[in-house]
Amino acid sequence: MVMDAHIPEGPIATKWDNHKFDVKLVNPANKRRFTIIVVGSGLGGASAAASLAELGYRVELHTFHDSPRRAHSIAAQGGINAAKNYHNDGDSVYRLFYDTVKGGDYRAREANVYRLAQVSVDIIDQCVAQGVPFAREYGGLLDNRSFGGAQVSRTFYARGQTGQQLLLGAYQALANQIHLGNVELHHRSEMLDLVTKDGKAVGIVARNLMTGAVTSHSAHAVVLATGGYGNVFFLSTNAKASNVTAIWRAYKKGAYMANPCYTQIHPTCIPASDEFQSKLTLMSESLRNDGRIWVPTDAMDTRSPDQIPDEDRDYFLERRYPAFGNLVPRDVASRAAKREVDAGRGVGPLKNGVYLDFADAINRLGRHVIEERYGNLFQMYERITGEDPYVVPMRIYPAVHYTMGGLWVDYDLMSNVPGLYVLGEANFSDHGANRLGASALMQGLADGYFVLPATIGNYLAPQLGEQPVPTDDAVFIEAQQGVEAMTQQLLGVNGTRSVDYFHRELGKIMWDNCGMARSRESLEKAIGEIATLREEFWNDVRVLGEGDTFNQSLEKAGRVADFLEFGELLCRDALHREESCGGHFRVEHQTEDGEALRDDEHFAYVAAWEFTGDHANPGLHKEQLEFEYVHLAQRSYK
Amino acid sequence: MKVTLTVWRQAGPAAQGRFETYELDEVSEDMSFLELFDVLNERLIAKGEEPVAFDHDCREGICGSCSMMIDGRPHGPELGTATCQLHMRKFADGAKITVEPWRAGAFPLVRDLVVDRSAFDRIVESGGYITAPTGSAPDGNLILIPKAVADSAMDAAACIGCGACVAACPNSAANLFTAAKVMHLNLLPQGQPERWERVTNMVDTMEQFFGSCTNHGECEAACPKEISIDFIALMNRDYIKAQFKQRRLASQRG
Repeated sequence: MVMDAHIPEGPIATKWDNHKFDVKLVNPANKRRFTIIVVGSGLGGASAAASLAELGYRVELHTFHDSPRRAHSIAAQGGINAAKNYHNDGDSVYRLFYDTVKGGDYRAREANVYRLAQVSVDIIDQCVAQGVPFAREYGGLLDNRSFGGAQVSRTFYARGQTGQQLLLGAYQALANQIHLGNVELHHRSEMLDLVTKDGKAVGIVARNLMTGAVTSHSAHAVVLATGGYGNVFFLSTNAKASNVTAIWRAYKKGAYMANPCYTQIHPTCIPASDEFQSKLTLMSESLRNDGRIWVPTDAMDTRSPDQIPDEDRDYFLERRYPAFGNLVPRDVASRAAKREVDAGRGVGPLKNGVYLDFADAINRLGRHVIEERYGNLFQMYERITGEDPYVVPMRIYPAVHYTMGGLWVDYDLMSNVPGLYVLGEANFSDHGANRLGASALMQGLADGYFVLPATIGNYLAPQLGEQPVPTDDAVFIEAQQGVEAMTQQLLGVNGTRSVDYFHRELGKIMWDNCGMARSRESLEKAIGEIATLREEFWNDVRVLGEGDTFNQSLEKAGRVADFLEFGELLCRDALHREESCGGHFRVEHQTEDGEALRDDEHFAYVAAWEFTGDHANPGLHKEQLEFEYVHLAQRSYK
Repeated sequence: MKVTLTVWRQAGPAAQGRFETYELDEVSEDMSFLELFDVLNERLIAKGEEPVAFDHDCREGICGSCSMMIDGRPHGPELGTATCQLHMRKFADGAKITVEPWRAGAFPLVRDLVVDRSAFDRIVESGGYITAPTGSAPDGNLILIPKAVADSAMDAAACIGCGACVAACPNSAANLFTAAKVMHLNLLPQGQPERWERVTNMVDTMEQFFGSCTNHGECEAACPKEISIDFIALMNRDYIKAQFKQRRLASQRG
């Protein structure tokens, strides 16, 4: 089947405005007759829940955290892009749109990206009005910095805690609506199934993590804003609890999973130190503004970094990409670092990193400037490694960070299941095969504050007067029984190995075979190994305790069970995509100097996968991508 | 290195709690404190014992989930550091470490080291926001904010809502948390229209759940984000002022 994204007619600059005029509206007094379930309380979920409630809809918000404020958006460090052109450096909506499509290696939908660039400016205004304490110039105006993949300064930031401050802004707007009674908050409530009736999304089944109670919740529409699936690699910069479960179970209920193989490996993370490592920590990309990346030219060089003179250093990004230097996009920077480490020029005790050096910037600007810009990041680095980055260069290495794939959505952010909307990292829509820095926060908030509130009326308006499906309907009872049966199944295996064991093993398979470099051979191997591991899991996992209490092993077990299925789909998608683009690098498809080689003739499409049964191969649907405005070209950052 | 952990175990809110002692050897000094618990839990599962429940998520010191009282100090011995960022290199080989949950009446225990901190959400819901419905904002640069003011608001806004301040306080007061939330907004020009109502409502809500502040200062010492106790003074000033302001508004209404 060919997927229809329902992109509005007309020139790209007027599509969104025309569409907003064309969508059906629900009048203010009628909005309270509609109930919307929002799952997830990160930037997408919190901003959507707050904005929908402000409009007058009745909103039910589920978060598996103890407070909505803990969602992993909070950990974003560097900033948020907006085409304000406050710095007079030639920025515009069109340039942000262009940079994003190019940065995404021409695998994003033009109309969505243009809209994202358009609303980016409103996001900043909205956040300022809410009291987000963005960095300011001495005159009181907003400050900006530059980020990878762009040659203008369009990134707004709040020290190294931009995600935290934006999330608190959305959380506070949400808190206001909770206080007014417009949002009903369910904390420590994990969605475990999507409920559909006659092909439409009508509600969810959730488990109260404190009491273990499994309950049904019904609504006119369901919004998933449940984040990305980077933890399929076990070691990633995602929070420990970040998972694929909500979107995976929606997939199994008919929603299509798009481009799961587009995973982003972030170039600046702290390298792993030992086998107990439970997660990797990101060092913001903004550090690449002032830090210079290098390795010793001689792989055998054992001198301490300050003893190595400039002529014995290889500033490999500056050498290979003079125009963008240390600010090339993430996929390009990551692969360049991998090449150096693979060639034996890695640094640190395990030779698994490259230097990110601030000595020049400290000499030029003074230590106090660097401290003001990155103080908390330097402190975090020192806490983790025990080394002082003001004196010794940081050691960094790429790590899984963000996932561009997700549930397929149309221009209105609705999946192919009517009534099911997907926001933020959980959808596939705006970043193509590679996301630019400071664009995740932009997309999450664009979706939640501005896009969904404008488009959801189109689906709801014709339903006026209809009641949500009652929770004693057979579809809810069946879904609830399915969830309870899975809980019993997990508790009943009573094997010998912990959930974490299986998660780590899965992560190794994924990273070794489907990480920064993928080949037909490695992917086929991974698919076989995942199937074996999955079988072992269901025969040998040990989940202690009960289903009707607070049980963190049980929570993890359900999530890992889903990762064990999802990982295979990710590899299958990577196997079918016989090209390299953005975060998806197939060693069979590269240019002479090792850059990603796209195949626009055969692969300029979105791959949307349909669940066809537990033991059947997924079905492939394609959405052809048209590039009317941005010229398809080999990306060059030289 | 080798450590001996004494950990609070409690199966549920109504169950009887107790301390259990566990010996761990071959601990790496590069391990974080939570990774030590990962290792402990793997061993417990292997022995068929239920693992220790503890809250954690980002493990980068920003989400505020982690909440361990380590040797009587919230988040342990290192200043300005959340439990997840504390590494074993800060402990001596052979250390004996006692780990408990946050203990405060307003934070009921869920299981083992996990408590329910929803009372913090209630404080924010009562006024910790600026009413600015989506779509109604003017251009961001129309509101000039002196850098010093933005910086100061950011100092307060850095609060991660972990609850260490409450756990450290002999009175289980939440003044440092509440002050950080109030002053982040009350310092900014955007926060002025609701300033007096905000501080009144948030302080009143705080007092429904938490004890009173008697200026011990333990909260500031325990705060992983090193939020200054000065914000409590600023909040108290605003709270007192608000009583007059509100009275004046009330008299104007007759």
